[in-house]
Amino acid sequence: MSDLYDLTIHEALDALRCGDITSVALTQAMLDRILAVDNTLQAYLTLTPEAALEQAEAADVLRAEGRDAPLLGIPIALKDNISTQGIETTAGSKILEGYVPPFDATIVRKLKAAGAIILGKTNLDEFAMGSSTEHSAFFPTRNPWDVTRVPGGSSGGSAAAVAVGEALAAVGTDTGGSVRQPAALCGVVGVRPTYGRCSRYGLVAFASSLDQAGPLTRDVTDAALMLQVMAGHDPQDGTTWPEPVPDYSVALSPDVRGLRIGIPREYFAEGLQPDVERSVREALQVFVELGAELVDVHLPHTDYALSTYYLVAPAEASANLARFDGVRYGYRAEGHFETIGDLYEQTRGAGFGPEVLRRIMLGAYALSAGYYDAYYLKAQKVRTLIKGDFDAAFTNVDLIAGPTSPVTAFHLGERTADPLQMYLADIFTLSQALAGIPAISLPCGFDADGLPVGLQLAAPALQEARMFHAAFAYEQATKWWMQRPSISK
Amino acid sequence: MKQISTRLTREDVAHIAALAHVALGEAELALFQEQLSAILDHAAQLQTLDTDAIPPTESVLPLRTVLREDEPGSTLPVEDALANAPVTRGNCFVVPPVR
Repeated sequence: MSDLYDLTIHEALDALRCGDITSVALTQAMLDRILAVDNTLQAYLTLTPEAALEQAEAADVLRAEGRDAPLLGIPIALKDNISTQGIETTAGSKILEGYVPPFDATIVRKLKAAGAIILGKTNLDEFAMGSSTEHSAFFPTRNPWDVTRVPGGSSGGSAAAVAVGEALAAVGTDTGGSVRQPAALCGVVGVRPTYGRCSRYGLVAFASSLDQAGPLTRDVTDAALMLQVMAGHDPQDGTTWPEPVPDYSVALSPDVRGLRIGIPREYFAEGLQPDVERSVREALQVFVELGAELVDVHLPHTDYALSTYYLVAPAEASANLARFDGVRYGYRAEGHFETIGDLYEQTRGAGFGPEVLRRIMLGAYALSAGYYDAYYLKAQKVRTLIKGDFDAAFTNVDLIAGPTSPVTAFHLGERTADPLQMYLADIFTLSQALAGIPAISLPCGFDADGLPVGLQLAAPALQEARMFHAAFAYEQATKWWMQRPSISK
Repeated sequence: MKQISTRLTREDVAHIAALAHVALGEAELALFQEQLSAILDHAAQLQTLDTDAIPPTESVLPLRTVLREDEPGSTLPVEDALANAPVTRGNCFVVPPVR
């Protein structure tokens, strides 16, 4: 058997069910791996090794009693903007440093109930605002394929941890691409579910009409396993879909004959790195060889997604982040204040990092008197057009394919000086988020520097099974996912 | 649609900072003046689209009026709710004068 940290969830479950390994051995292997590589990568903000080993022992006891569960004994990591009872949850921000939630997010409660073991909390851009994890208030995470490069973001810690075997899987959040883009840049599978498929209860809110949690995994089977546990209606979140969650495992078939895959010309435009375009076009040919049909589709408002997103999301963020005021939890500025207003301003001015301040300011402006119609309302109208593009395209195709990111992993510091340059890293992941539809990123090759490239498949709302089906077929035919970064050992 | 300038003045940025309750230094005001202007300049492309007949997206979900059963449940104990506060006294959060 290969190193335990190199297993997929389904391989580990097979070994656990046969009694070949124990959850304690598996969890210890992950902790050893973290000890070996995380000084370099810095994927984790918080580790909970003692609690993880206790949970692993408990899982082994249950298994010895003949019990089983979908993730019993599987060690995973959680992005640090997901509330965990008794475990510090910072959202990558100084303003929440030391904050210990008194409750679990619904998805955490579900993952624990399914037997998952929590190894710790992973790094992110502050409040999930960023595309490189460099906006973490604590430290940047590095890409395991080249430690001089970023892992993407904002779920960069989650993606790096899964790529290098510091967790069998991780949970991230995706507001405009924050699961899919780091998955692409780190060579792992990342899923943004349909808006409302997973509960947002207990996620540190960024943009409430866009935020969704999703899994990052080594392969498609694992992604389906994780989403199966995370998805479903939650009385605590009025925006969750009441529809039952289908059995995703039955969708994992290699036969895609007759599947119609839409190829938007807008996704192969100027600015696309040639190696990325080559890898993605080769991936599309694989689908043709498997018997699927490629169909030209038109998403005419694609070019407007960036502007739309960077008005809608900051507007919602400016409202959501109003709660950080130095009164009820988190950081409070030092000193004597004459009024509570002074306390708010000093706490927020010093507690938020530059990218968060930028977005709060942008959002406050877009919502302010005299500018609401021109910015926020206008953006919400264009959002309707963007969603309409997908509705029209999906009348003729089953899925829509393209690159996840226009570029492979860039160097640390390369884009931090110019916010617009950083925002452009998300250009292919924003429109699905605005439309509320699911999408998956999966490894589809490497560029000339040996950096992973991601293929994105998007499906109509609630059609995650269709997306998993095609992704699984591609994965079985190619095996890109089996490549591991050379940081190993 | 009225024409709006995407070029923010220093006073505009100071006004937004006041709306957002964030204290910014002179250097930050100057930096955000440049950066926010550049972002708004990019966003001006939206004004080229005719959206007079397009309704705004209120939700991507087809859901309407979501209600759940009104069942009593447990609430957070006071000590848990206060545990993360910077300053407390008794069962209260302590703040400077509210004026």
